[in-house]
Amino acid sequence: MPVMNKIVRVAVLVFCCAALAPVAQAQPPQPQDEFVPVGNSPAPEQIPAAPLLIGAYVIVLAGLFAYVVSLSRRLGAVHRDVERLEADLKRRGRS
Amino acid sequence: MPKWFTPAAILCGLMFVVSPVLIARAPDESSMGMVYKIYYYHMPSAWMFLLAPLVCGISSALYLARGRPGDDRRAWAAAELTVLFGALTLITGPLWARRAWGTWWVWDARLTSSLVGWMIGWAYLILRRYGGPGSDKLAAGVALFGAVNVPFIYISVNYWRTIHPPTTVVPRLPVEMGLPLWFCVFAFLLLFILLMTMRLRLEAARTRLDALYVALDE
Amino acid sequence: MSTERRGHAAGSPFARSVWLVLRKDLTVEVRSGEIAYTTLFFAASCVLIFAFALVKEGRAPEGGAAGILWIAILFAATLALGRGFERERQSETLRALLLAPVPRPAIYVGKLLGIVALLVAIEAVLLPLVAFLFTARLFAHPFWLAGIVLTCTVGLASVGTLFAAMLVRARSRDMLLPVLLYPIVVPVIIAGVQGTAALLQPTVEIALVRFWLLLLVTFDVVFVVLALWTFEAVMSD
Repeated sequence: MPVMNKIVRVAVLVFCCAALAPVAQAQPPQPQDEFVPVGNSPAPEQIPAAPLLIGAYVIVLAGLFAYVVSLSRRLGAVHRDVERLEADLKRRGRS
Repeated sequence: MPKWFTPAAILCGLMFVVSPVLIARAPDESSMGMVYKIYYYHMPSAWMFLLAPLVCGISSALYLARGRPGDDRRAWAAAELTVLFGALTLITGPLWARRAWGTWWVWDARLTSSLVGWMIGWAYLILRRYGGPGSDKLAAGVALFGAVNVPFIYISVNYWRTIHPPTTVVPRLPVEMGLPLWFCVFAFLLLFILLMTMRLRLEAARTRLDALYVALDE
Repeated sequence: MSTERRGHAAGSPFARSVWLVLRKDLTVEVRSGEIAYTTLFFAASCVLIFAFALVKEGRAPEGGAAGILWIAILFAATLALGRGFERERQSETLRALLLAPVPRPAIYVGKLLGIVALLVAIEAVLLPLVAFLFTARLFAHPFWLAGIVLTCTVGLASVGTLFAAMLVRARSRDMLLPVLLYPIVVPVIIAGVQGTAALLQPTVEIALVRFWLLLLVTFDVVFVVLALWTFEAVMSD
């Protein structure tokens, strides 16, 4: 079985490369290949983009912060339970 | 928590505080103007969203092969991060797309496979929560398929007709755009490691709690 | 260990095990017909409901046939998988199979072929039904259609059989199968639908059909290999 696995895995790799080759050939040019920097754009163009930009950053930071808070809360709850049970065990060990 | 955790957390926090300043000082882009700067958080999120299922898949494969609980805990933590960073990527992307492409969403290969990858992360978490005993190995099986999806997501922009920018963008970035990007990537990577550590700590604490319950019952 | 190696050289113990598992499933199914008839009826109802819901001014929607066909097949496959393995669980035959001196991958392949056979039988009825209801010329290129349908079915069944087998002992298994299965088979479904839709165009681009077929074959190979390894690892405990 391990030998068969190895052979099969190699076959898979070769096959995937071969199968993707015709796929790779026939594609039209991509719309934008690279980012081109420019000086700061004139003011009117910036206004509609600002809410999207600021919104995106706020959402990312808020999301990350919310996850950290959730983790801390869960960790705190489990630690409290652990302490409680350890105290119970110690009491029971003594009595 | 390990000794390096607090200094690393402080460093990470500082990096996140500094990043908007660096991003504001980066130049605008010729066709997209200012809105492309969402990219400085969108792309690192996306890379973490691709990293997490790989970590989950590799840990799951190790768990199925070796049976060590540490691998299982790492896989579960990575699955949560898949869902977290996936959500951030799938929200910031459309916000950028609305302005750059004129539409919130298209069903192209990159976006569809990303959404699928995100759903596989959810499926993993739902299975762990509601699957009952034995769901650790089942979830490991699911994670393998999720990991296989990741290279597909990455190369899909290069091989399919899609309006999403291809992978050639990053290597060709000029310096004044590249520096803030790599700064953010490093910040996100550090955050990824910190979150994984916290989550693993939670899992270890839960295991300790289960052992205590068992000891109390005896 | 030496038996396995001999099996390698001859190839027949593996193939014989596969055939035994497959024959058992087919025999049970042919005798009772439970899964085949109920899933077929369900799939046909699905297609009819789509037809009723989407018909506008007495005409079926353009280009809807491919999507509707594959949605119906996916739902039917979910039911068949769920019910099939439920039957195994009730008679405890899966545990018996796992205890038997049969190579694990052979069990998986045998079950997979059984599911594929069932789905192909259902598709044999669904395809003409869809072609009729949506006035789609599905049979203009029968070999390409057969290729797309078969590879897509194998893709669905490969992941479905694995997860259905894994879920046999889990809680909420009926709900969890779609939750786990659907996201993973989305690429297969998309390729199947696109391939079928490409065959329904007024002027068929064979190159495009060939592209989707190749993609489906790639998915099948990756999924079956991954499923073989995972089945072995998950079921041995």
